[in-house]
Amino acid sequence: MEHKNWNGFNKGVWQDEINVRDFIQQNYKEYDGEATFLADATPRTKTLMEKLQRLFAVERQLGGVFDIDTTTVTSLTHYSPGYLDKENEIIVGLQTNRPLKRGVNPFGGMRMAKQSCEAYGYQLSEKVQQEFRFRTTHNDGVFRAYTDEMRAARKCHVITGLPDAYGRGRIIGDYRRVALYGVDKLIAEKKKDKAALAEGNFNTDQVRLDEELFQQITFLGYLKEMAQMYGFDISQPAENAREAIQWTYFAYLGAIKEQNGAAMSLGRVSTFFDIYIERDIANGTLTEEGAQELMDDFVMKLRMARHLRTPEYNELFGGDPMWITEAIGGMGEDGRTLVTKNSFRVLNTLYTLGSSPEPNLTVLWSKDLPENFKKFCAKVSADTDSIQYENDDLMRPIYGDDYAIACCVSAMEVGKQMQFFGARCNLPKLLLIAINGGYDTSSKMHIGPQMPVLDVEKLDYDEVMARYEIYIEWLSRLYVNTMNIIHYMHDKYAYEKTQMALHDTEVHRFMAFGVAGLSVVADSLSAIKYANVAPVKDENGFIVDFVTTGDFPKFGNDDDRVDLIAKDTAHKVITELRKTPTYRNAEHTLSVLTITSNVMYGKNTASTPDGRKAGEPFAPGANPMHNREENGALASLNSVAKISYDDCRDGISNTFSITPDALGKTEEERIDNLVSILDGYFAKNAHHINVNVLNRETLMKAYENPDDYPNLTIRVSGYAVNFNKLSREHQKEVISRTFHETM
Amino acid sequence: MNGRIHSFQSLGTVDGPGVRFVVFFQGCNLRCKCCHNPDTWDHAGGTEYAASDILKKVIRYREYFGEEGGITLSGGEPLLQAEFAHELFSLCHAEGIHTCLDTSGSILNDKAKTLLDETDRVLLDIKYTTDEQYRENVGCGMKTPLDFLHYLNEKKIPVTIRQVIIPTVNDDEENILALKEIIKKYPCIDKVELLPFRKICQTKYDNMKLHFPFGDRPEGKKDKIDALYKLLIK
Repeated sequence: MEHKNWNGFNKGVWQDEINVRDFIQQNYKEYDGEATFLADATPRTKTLMEKLQRLFAVERQLGGVFDIDTTTVTSLTHYSPGYLDKENEIIVGLQTNRPLKRGVNPFGGMRMAKQSCEAYGYQLSEKVQQEFRFRTTHNDGVFRAYTDEMRAARKCHVITGLPDAYGRGRIIGDYRRVALYGVDKLIAEKKKDKAALAEGNFNTDQVRLDEELFQQITFLGYLKEMAQMYGFDISQPAENAREAIQWTYFAYLGAIKEQNGAAMSLGRVSTFFDIYIERDIANGTLTEEGAQELMDDFVMKLRMARHLRTPEYNELFGGDPMWITEAIGGMGEDGRTLVTKNSFRVLNTLYTLGSSPEPNLTVLWSKDLPENFKKFCAKVSADTDSIQYENDDLMRPIYGDDYAIACCVSAMEVGKQMQFFGARCNLPKLLLIAINGGYDTSSKMHIGPQMPVLDVEKLDYDEVMARYEIYIEWLSRLYVNTMNIIHYMHDKYAYEKTQMALHDTEVHRFMAFGVAGLSVVADSLSAIKYANVAPVKDENGFIVDFVTTGDFPKFGNDDDRVDLIAKDTAHKVITELRKTPTYRNAEHTLSVLTITSNVMYGKNTASTPDGRKAGEPFAPGANPMHNREENGALASLNSVAKISYDDCRDGISNTFSITPDALGKTEEERIDNLVSILDGYFAKNAHHINVNVLNRETLMKAYENPDDYPNLTIRVSGYAVNFNKLSREHQKEVISRTFHETM
Repeated sequence: MNGRIHSFQSLGTVDGPGVRFVVFFQGCNLRCKCCHNPDTWDHAGGTEYAASDILKKVIRYREYFGEEGGITLSGGEPLLQAEFAHELFSLCHAEGIHTCLDTSGSILNDKAKTLLDETDRVLLDIKYTTDEQYRENVGCGMKTPLDFLHYLNEKKIPVTIRQVIIPTVNDDEENILALKEIIKKYPCIDKVELLPFRKICQTKYDNMKLHFPFGDRPEGKKDKIDALYKLLIK
C-alpha cells in the first residue's frame, strides 16, 4: 500500500500490515552526538507555560482539584473542545472543556465517583446517578462474585489496592498507529479480523472477542469524531511532525477520556516522532526550535492530564499520578541504538518547561547506549530528580526492541501485549498470620488455614518457614482467583475499547501480581535465623510483638545470608501463583513495587521480628529498610540486584537517593560517577532504579514551607511526584529514607 | 595475612578518580586536631580480615568502576599495615583493579616503598606548609611527608595533593602560596584538592568521650575555598 503522506519514508512490511516497529526500524536515524544541538523554549512556549503554572498554583490552593464537571460522564465526545490558549497552542485537546477540570467516570464504580466528588466539596449530579441506575459497573460485578474469603482478605489488608473499584489501567494503546496509518485503515483491519471470526466456532472466548471487536470499531469511530470536534480529520495518516504528534496525542486523549485506569502510560513515542521531525527538517518545513516547541506543547498537554480520585486512593497512590510513562532510548535488536535527537528533546522538556513528575520519563538503559546520551541523562537526573532507569539489556531479549513500560516497571510489547493489573499482597502481614495460625492481630480477624499459634520461647527458622509456606500457598491461590473475578468483570463492564482497538486483535496477556514488604520479611526471617526472636503474646494468646536480641544480617548490605532469603521468598510466591490458572490464560508475573502504599501497608501491619514496630511504614518497592545499610550505596544496590527478574517479570523497583556531595566534587565528576553507578547496577542484572540527587535538608525545608518549593519533584517508587502533592505522612516517610552521604 | 579494618564504603566518589570501593584501615600514628575519623585511631580496634576476603568484596563492585574507578585504602593510616596493604593491592592488580592510597605520608620505610610498587595513585595529605604547624597540629614533623612526596616523584606515581582548609588555622593566602611552591617542584602532582573543614564528626568525639581539638573552629566555606583554589592554580 502507498499513501502520499508517506512520501520520503523507506519502504517495508509496515506498509502492508499494522507494524509500527518495522516503520521505525526502516526509517529512524540514530544519534550519538552531544546535547548541544538542543534549542531553548521559545517566547511562545514560555508564555503558555507561565499560564499553565498559574493554573497549577490555583489548583494547589483549591486543595488539589481545580474543578469537576459533575453532570457529564466522561467519554471521547461528551465535552465540547477545550483549550489552554486556542490562539497559541500547537497541539490541542483536553480531557474536558476546560484545563485541569476533571470529569467523572462511574464505569469503575458509582460509590467511588460519588465519594471523590464529595471529597472536594462537589455533588455528583442526579442526572449522572440516574443514568447509571440501570447499569452494572465493574465494581458491582466484582462484588456480586467475590467470595467471603476474598472479602475478608481485602478487609484485613493482606491483599489491598486491588482494581475493583477503579479502572485497572496499565494498558498501553499503540497510539502511534493512529499517526502512521490514520483511523480508517485501523477500522478496516479490525473489520477484517471480526469477519475472520466467522470461520471458527462461537465458544465463550470467540463471542467475547467478537463483541470486543465491535466495541473497538465503534470507539475508533468516536476517536475520529473527537478529533473532528477540534477541527482535525484523523482518518488518514499524519502528513508531518505536527500532525504525527497531534494524531498520537488524540489517540492517547481518547484513552484517558474513556478510562481512569490507575496508570495510563504513553508507550514509546519519542523516536517514532523523530522520523517525522527529521523528514520535516530535511524538507525545510521545520527548525530545531520548532521541533522542541512541538515536544514542549505535547508534554504540556500531558502535564495537564488528570483523573478524579478519592482520598483512600491517594493513600495508595500519592501525589495525583497518571503514570504517563514514556520509554526513551534503548538499543535495537540489530545493535543500533534507538536513541535519536528526539530522545534528547523529550528529556529537554524538563529544562524548557521545568522539572515535573509527568510524563514519567523512563530511560531504557543499556551498556551500549551512546556515551553522550548517558551523560545527558545523568545530568538531567542530577538537575531535576525526574528520571527513572530500567535495564534494556535485561528486557530486550524478552520483549524485543519495541516494548514500553506501563506504570512504573511493567514491560510489555507495544500493541501486542497487555496486562491485568493486580496491586499487591502484604508479605510481612502474611508472615504474622502464619505465626498466629490464621489470625491477623491488627484487624482482629481469623483468616486462612486455622492452626495453633506457634507456642515457643524462641522462634525457630525451619518451623516458621514451614508455616509460612503453607500460608503463601493458601494466599497465592486466593489471590489468583480474586484477580480472575476482577478482570472478568472489568472486561465485561469497563472494557478498554479505545486502547484495545490500538492493539493487535490477538494479544498476549500478563496477570501482574505484586508483593509489598519484601525487605521487612527478609530481615524478619534473617532475625529468626541468626538472632534470638522471642514472641510476646497478648492476653488472648496471640503473638503481637517480638523481643529480638543479638545481631543479624540485614538486606541492603550485599550479604547473601539475608539477600538470598529475599530472592527465595519472591521465587516462592511466583511459583505458588503459577499453580492456579488465570482468566484468559494470562501469564503470571510478579512485581516488587509499592508506589506510596508502603506507608498504608505498614500502618495496617503489627510489629515484625526485624524490629519494625506496629504501624511503621515498610520500605518502598524492593528497597532495603532505611538506615539499615552499613556499607554504602553500592552494597545496597547489589542486594536489590539479586532479586531475580525471571521471578519478578513485572518489575523490581528500587529508589535511590544520594546527596550531591556523595556523588562527586564537581558536576562533571557527578555525571561520570552516576553513569558508572548505572552501568554497574544494570550489569548486575538489576531491573529498575529511581535516582534522586538531593539533600534531605531541601525536603525538610519544603515540608516546612511548601510555597517556596512549588515545583520540587522527587522520585518515590517507580514514579515521580511533586513533593507538595504528597500527604504529610508520605512526606515524612520520604524524608526518613536513607540518603547516601559522604562519610 | 590479616589486616585490621575499620569499615568499608562501597560507593566512594571523593577519594580518588571515579567510583571506588574504600577500605578504611584501623589504627593511626598521628593525632591531627582536625581529624574526622577518631574512631580509626585505636590500633587494637576494628575487625580482622584476610586480604583475599577483601578482594572478594571488591570484586563484587567492579562493574561499577568504569574506566577510572577501583579500590582506595584510607583510614586510619594504611602505611601502618603496609605489608597487608601490599598483599591486597597485589591481589587487586592481578584482577586489573586500579589501586589508590590515601595517606599522610608520615612513614617512609622499606615496607611502605614496597607498597608503593603496587600503587597506581597516591592521595597525599600535605596538611600544612610549615614544620611548626605540623608539630603543633599533626603530631609529626613535615620532613617525612615531603620525603614521601619526593619518593613518589622519583617513582613517577601520580599524586593528588589534599589539604583540609581550616578557618583561622590555614585559610590564609600565605599558606596557599607556600603550598603552591611545594607543588611546583613535583611533576608527579596532577591534581590538588582543597577540602573544607567539617564538624559532622563532633558526634563521634562525643560518643567516644573525647575532646575534638578543633571543635571550636568554624567550618570551611565554599566561596573561601574556591577563592583560595583560584590563587593556587593561577
